[in-house]
Amino acid sequence: MSKLFRAFLRHPSGRIGLAIISLYLLAAILGTLGLTPHNPLKLFAIDRLKPPSATYWFGTDLLGRDTFSRLMVGIKQSMIIAFSSVALATLFGTVIGLLAAWWGTLWDGILMRIMDVLLAFPAILLALLIIAIVGPGTSTSVAAIAVVYTPIFARVVRGPALSLKQRDFVDAARTFGSSQPYILSRHLLLNLVAPLAVQVTLALAWALLTEAGLSFLGLGTQPPTPSLGLMLAESKNLMTQAPWLMIFPALTIMLGILGFNLTGDALRDILDPRMERREA
Amino acid sequence: MTPLLSVRDLRVGFGQTPAANEVVKGVSFDLASGETLAIVGESGSGKSVTALSVNRLVDFGGGHITHGSILLQRSDGSVLDVAKSDEKILRTIRGRDVGMIFQEPMTSLNPVHTVGAQIEEAFRLNRGLHGAEAERAALEVLDRVRIPDAKSRLGYYPHQLSGGMRQRVMIAMALASSPRLLIADEPTTALDVTVQAQIMALLAELKAETGMSMIFITHDIGLVAGIADHIMVMQHGLAVEQNTTDAVLDNPQHDYTRHLLNAVPHFTSGKAVRADNERTETSEPIVKVDDLVVRFPVKKGLFKPRGAIHAVDGVSFDLMPGETLAIVGESGSGKSTTARAILGLNEKHRGAIATKPGRSRRPIQMVFQDPFASLNPRLNVEALLAEPAIANGQKLDDALRTRMRFLLDRVGLPADVLTRYPHQFSGGQRQRLCIARVLMLNPDVVVLDEAVSALDVSVQARVLDLLVDLQHEFSLAYLFISHDMAVVERIAHRIAVMYAGQIVEIGEARSVLSDPQHSYTKRLISAVPAVERRRQHFALDATQVPSLVRPAGYEPPPANWREAGQDHRVRIEEAK
Repeated sequence: MSKLFRAFLRHPSGRIGLAIISLYLLAAILGTLGLTPHNPLKLFAIDRLKPPSATYWFGTDLLGRDTFSRLMVGIKQSMIIAFSSVALATLFGTVIGLLAAWWGTLWDGILMRIMDVLLAFPAILLALLIIAIVGPGTSTSVAAIAVVYTPIFARVVRGPALSLKQRDFVDAARTFGSSQPYILSRHLLLNLVAPLAVQVTLALAWALLTEAGLSFLGLGTQPPTPSLGLMLAESKNLMTQAPWLMIFPALTIMLGILGFNLTGDALRDILDPRMERREA
Repeated sequence: MTPLLSVRDLRVGFGQTPAANEVVKGVSFDLASGETLAIVGESGSGKSVTALSVNRLVDFGGGHITHGSILLQRSDGSVLDVAKSDEKILRTIRGRDVGMIFQEPMTSLNPVHTVGAQIEEAFRLNRGLHGAEAERAALEVLDRVRIPDAKSRLGYYPHQLSGGMRQRVMIAMALASSPRLLIADEPTTALDVTVQAQIMALLAELKAETGMSMIFITHDIGLVAGIADHIMVMQHGLAVEQNTTDAVLDNPQHDYTRHLLNAVPHFTSGKAVRADNERTETSEPIVKVDDLVVRFPVKKGLFKPRGAIHAVDGVSFDLMPGETLAIVGESGSGKSTTARAILGLNEKHRGAIATKPGRSRRPIQMVFQDPFASLNPRLNVEALLAEPAIANGQKLDDALRTRMRFLLDRVGLPADVLTRYPHQFSGGQRQRLCIARVLMLNPDVVVLDEAVSALDVSVQARVLDLLVDLQHEFSLAYLFISHDMAVVERIAHRIAVMYAGQIVEIGEARSVLSDPQHSYTKRLISAVPAVERRRQHFALDATQVPSLVRPAGYEPPPANWREAGQDHRVRIEEAK
């Protein structure tokens, strides 16, 4: 594990990505603990639409709420949704992909065609559909984003799993009489950790964006809970008077996506089996 | 007479600091025109790097010539130092003066072009021929490499040709420019023995026809005996011995050459078979296979009738405890499919496999051909060895670890390797690990599917010795699957010869090897390269294995057998 961490520090984009994500996680933790500069929900009526200053680092909004504090809580909100939805998508996608590859033929056809249908819809559209049925809210967002990204994980897992299934060590395991769960977990899943890890970081970036998009449309996190997408939506009419209301949430979203993408790229380089051999 | 090629003190290094990381450490040799030099050595000896330096292909593999000269006489009589030439001049040498054929003919041909197009391209680039002219030349060169029905083969894609055919196409492409020097890098290693013999005979005839020189790289010193004029033996980047073929083979000077010559399995037509296990009338077979049939369905389209590949067709044999039955045959003969069916990895279409209850729940275990593919790279040795035991209800405890250490010691690995991962072992060590792993369950029968084929000759010899020792110690029965007659002679008590999914000859090893009855067995034995038989002439034999795809409902005619002696039966061949 420490070897992986050191490899990250050596990798130029890995270093930046890791720094950004650490910063965001710190903000999220502080936001959860309530250690924000101001109360994110409190209205400072006399300090409405103040530009960034020493008191209000990123300025205040129309109702006089501190943007910086609201961003910290917003990051927390986005992180919770992104991590839990990607965790669900990884779980379901991996199981579906593994089973499709392992059972093969008919089951492979059925499961992967269902995944293809899901993949055919644009992500936001599919999420809208689910929210329209169930109703908006944090848990609905999580479920919707999870459904959107499950097929991607199923595909990422199925391809390599199909080729791993043909390998001699799987045949050898069968001749020992190893159980199916044992073969699936030790021989297939363990060899899939690298591609999965890369896909998880990249999916986190996309989940962050999708979550912001959903709350921007008013379908994700509901006010008054701050969220990055909501803040962006509220800033829309005040763009000329109070540009900081738009710039800071937008930058936060962008930087977060960049952080996950850089980490994903670095992870892909580090976990590349060819690199591994060179190190060994 | 000036030599065609003169290499002096060649040093080649790799990586950031080539001088500090040398793979070839000062090699010198001369090659006269029309002569053949064989470079012999094991993996990592620098033999390929030396040869690739001659046309500077080594540059593309990250190599760098740090010292020495490579003087090549060109077709116009001028002499060029390849070691100091720039890429532009080198491009005119490759293909024109120096041709090359590689080990794996599938990967060196482009799969999306027909072989005709690829040969024509060689003519276009090297001789400037176009259109009908190029096609005529391609046809002619295919005839020269003895491809039957050359005209229709021009339209074939590489995957439609067999390995031997593809290697002939590669040779044809190399010949397109009538090179003065042909470098052959292990050209027959990936091929079956009888195909290997065909290619070797072809190369010898082409050499005589065209008068070109050849550098032949191989790990098998027995193979080059018939074709080389000179032999250079390499070890750790140095040429440890170089002399004429007869001198090297009959009177080796260096220890390593002697070691290589000893390690090469010498085929002696049944004189060296084991005599440690006599069959008795009373013993009961541990595995009895009766009329085993394995078929793989072939889909031809929606409405066309389905056929099937008859991979194994009516195979019967039995295996006594403590005995080695070798199944020999070429790729596609169904020998591996038979083994996999016995272990339940392939479904059988028909037939019975009866196993006597053994010492453990799973009395039959298998060692696979490729030691790099049969160990999960993400598990350490302890987890790898524990798997068979855990699968059969044991716990990973101290007793189990004690058994691991015992078996590791028994197969010749230190006991402290338990925490290491597969990539930290060499091929031979990995195969020992695989052997230790199958012994964890204390089996009665071990199926060895080409278990030593992927190993270097000297490693191969040691693993074979280990297998014989283990057989005595644990009273194992082996089902030894191999294409290599010389290896089989060392380990088998009985031999079954498979051809096109059927056993054509089965019997006691000495009897089968010394007095082969079936025409295929005879062909297989005559194809074995051997130092002793190097003066025999190889006749070119282009027989192909018949297609095993049969229409639905096809049943082969019943086999007729005749006795060729005590415990030696031969299938009667149909008159053609």
